Amino acid sequence: MSEFIQQLINGLSLGSIYALIALGYTMIYGVLRFINFAHGDVYMVGAFSGYYLGRWLINSLGMQSSVLLLVVVLVGAMIFCALAGLVIERLAYRPLRNSPRLTVLITAIGVSLFLEYSGQVFFGADPKPFPALIPDHMITYAGLTFTNKELIVLGVTVILLIGLTFIVKKTRMGMAMRALSFNPMACSLMGVNNNVIISFTFGLGSALAAAAGILSSLNYPVITPLMGLLPGIKAFVAAVLGGIGNIPGAALGGLILGVSETMIVGYGDKIHVPPSYRDAVAFVLLIAILLFKPSGLLGKSTVEKV
Amino acid sequence: MRQHTKLLLLAAIVVSLLVSQFVHLNPYFSIVVINIGINIILAVSLNLVNGYTGQFSLGHAGFMAIGAYASAAVTSFGGPRWFDSLGGVNTATTSGLFLVALIVGGLAAALAGLIVGVPSLRLKGDYLAIATLGFGEIIRVIIQNTETMGGSRGFSVSGVYTTIFWTYSVAAITIYVVANLVHSAYGRGFLTVRDDEIAAEAIGVNTTKYKVVAFVLASFFAGIAGGLYAHFIGYLTPEGFGFMKSIEIIVMVILGGMGNTVGVIFAAVLLTILPEVLRPVQEYRMVIYSLMLIILMLTRPQGLFGGINWSWLRRKKIPVEDGSAA
Amino acid sequence: MAALLELNECTVQFGGLTAVNALSLAIGPNDLLGLIGPNGAGKTTVFNIITGIYRPTAGTITLGGETIVGRKPNAIAARGIARTFQNIRLFESLTVFDNVRAAMTMHLRHGIAHALWRGKPFLKEEREINAQVLEILSIFHLEKAHGVACKSLSYGDQRRLEIVRALATRPKLLLLDEPAAGMNPREKDDLMKLIQFVKEKFNIAVLLVEHDMKVVMGICQRIAVLDYGVKIAEGTPAEIRQNPKVIEAYLGEETPPL
Repeated sequence: MSEFIQQLINGLSLGSIYALIALGYTMIYGVLRFINFAHGDVYMVGAFSGYYLGRWLINSLGMQSSVLLLVVVLVGAMIFCALAGLVIERLAYRPLRNSPRLTVLITAIGVSLFLEYSGQVFFGADPKPFPALIPDHMITYAGLTFTNKELIVLGVTVILLIGLTFIVKKTRMGMAMRALSFNPMACSLMGVNNNVIISFTFGLGSALAAAAGILSSLNYPVITPLMGLLPGIKAFVAAVLGGIGNIPGAALGGLILGVSETMIVGYGDKIHVPPSYRDAVAFVLLIAILLFKPSGLLGKSTVEKV
Repeated sequence: MRQHTKLLLLAAIVVSLLVSQFVHLNPYFSIVVINIGINIILAVSLNLVNGYTGQFSLGHAGFMAIGAYASAAVTSFGGPRWFDSLGGVNTATTSGLFLVALIVGGLAAALAGLIVGVPSLRLKGDYLAIATLGFGEIIRVIIQNTETMGGSRGFSVSGVYTTIFWTYSVAAITIYVVANLVHSAYGRGFLTVRDDEIAAEAIGVNTTKYKVVAFVLASFFAGIAGGLYAHFIGYLTPEGFGFMKSIEIIVMVILGGMGNTVGVIFAAVLLTILPEVLRPVQEYRMVIYSLMLIILMLTRPQGLFGGINWSWLRRKKIPVEDGSAA
Repeated sequence: MAALLELNECTVQFGGLTAVNALSLAIGPNDLLGLIGPNGAGKTTVFNIITGIYRPTAGTITLGGETIVGRKPNAIAARGIARTFQNIRLFESLTVFDNVRAAMTMHLRHGIAHALWRGKPFLKEEREINAQVLEILSIFHLEKAHGVACKSLSYGDQRRLEIVRALATRPKLLLLDEPAAGMNPREKDDLMKLIQFVKEKFNIAVLLVEHDMKVVMGICQRIAVLDYGVKIAEGTPAEIRQNPKVIEAYLGEETPPL
């Protein structure tokens, strides 16, 4: 039983990463009705900005591994990626605001490839070791052992989710985001500057992806320019699972995916599924939800007016 | 030209046979030419689904993979018995084995296309794209876990049988099938599915059937392309058939102007030669490729060749004989 | 005369909204029936259940005695019901010629295999189809434009093309959804003549949804009036014009005298 809880925590930890990335996908889909294929690579950029920032702080400023260092790196990476998201939106997506969706989809694929391969050119394709931002502790509670890193991932995710919910529900910007996802035309007729809202959404989503990048690098401290590919696709599946465009859905989808994957790896051989099938879990879930409820677990289906 | 498509097909096959036998190309050019041929098959077949029928499929590489592995299995495991019962290895028996292997690869891929297509083609737009992407990845993971075909270590193909003749004959057949199918009265149905499904149903077009037909047919040719590829490269790994490969093919279709077979052929040629031309800047190749993609979408989303009227290639007779201008 | 199309107590509910309420309607093989009512009355929904886009929550619909509820739209079209749309739905990437040609795929004798083999029977059928398309286009004076992209036609011509395309499926019943929308008086006159011509020449039934009273009163033999999904009246144009319930539905209640 304690092993099961251990696995569950692992799964929730992994799921938190997926959830943070999935939130970005879902928010951007909500305001722009398009799937930002490049979002997984923002996660990668987050990890790398944390890498360079962390190393500079440790080597040049002599900072020690500590909670303070973690917070500074986290916030720094989030700000950097928020800005990066704004730039990408402005340059690559805004000119195509009225183009067919296929065109923007292909552009997003182009941006994704661009980030990955210029990452390889500028950072080098070899894997890099992420600096240790906080010292390791083991925490024991009720007969269970956790690393502090796992708990930090869960904790930070919860904080970020609360923050996001506050922004979406209690601020005017959040209300504008929701209004825009229902009817962009009406929104602008009401005096809302759609461009500002969209930029804000991109920035917010990118910041969350950056957070995911830092948190993920705590537990898996090896980073490469292509690290965003698979988590990106899986987080996207998580967003679809929860209902694309639905914010709580993205969080739910991420957690479900994380737990399912961890369970297959942990217990898969009991049902004759080798752990090497872990990557397929996401896609099987995807196919299942698309076949049975394409609008997602928490989504609403829309009918085309004839 | 439209009247003599069968003759053209035959001519293309004969020419490729002659080139194969009598023209001695330097091995490097040979490789590029064969790659061009394989990409033409992939792009023209995908164009039927994405371009003409308007269904956004992102999993084409998965069907290529199935064809590659299935045909490789036929030549590796079936080969010895085939040669034994037919009295040894010579041009005739080898060609026969290869033909069987290719067809098996195509049929296996077509079957997969049916299995994937029937549930997925109910979905629209973005959802279809991700469903096909998902299936493509599932296929890759399954292959990775299939030990008899080498799993992630890879599989050594038993013979390098692919030649310019084989490649371009198949390419010619693919072009013939897709072009002739679409330019018939029946074939107009595909375009109606692309333009307006609701209106299409209102005039009696079974949209689901058209989508599945396009999908299965495209998968068939992707499978054969896979078989050609397997017996050309000599060694198969699942990585080579991932999402990236599907993207490469899609880019050819888009560059060529979706729903424009001639444009897509040009695009396939261009995009196969491009990496070779960029070899000196090998490192930056993908960066340039991705920038090109972004700039293309920002400036000319209909592709390099989309919107160009190719009708000058068709000799127009009295309207009753050849009324279509599309 | 036995009805061609019969709706019996059809109800359509979308969640909490009842779009059509226990509607019964009958159309004979050569009738010209008008369907009118204020906006939101459910008229297009009636079209959509007849053509199979939506399924009625209750009630039956029969064509020539056979039920068509639950069949897919393309199967219903194959049985002889054709329609036009409120917002014209032409195939934008196709020429005028091909828009009509596409409507003939339903009746093709030769399929994929023949399209590939291109033997004599196939070529003969293609020629026949091409001839039929040109013929029907020339009846409606569109044959000169046959090679033109349908987007470049005038609005009135596009509407006409949509009707021609519907007729190319050789229907028994033609549903016209607000064909006069966006037309000037001259075009509406032409449209009225066109609809009557179509009915006579092709010997079909027509169900017309329209807001323009001049058009409706001018050509319909009978008119049914819907309000909030309920049929409140049915009769000849003269009867409908006088019907107090119809007047109330369109204009509101008469204020009581002081």
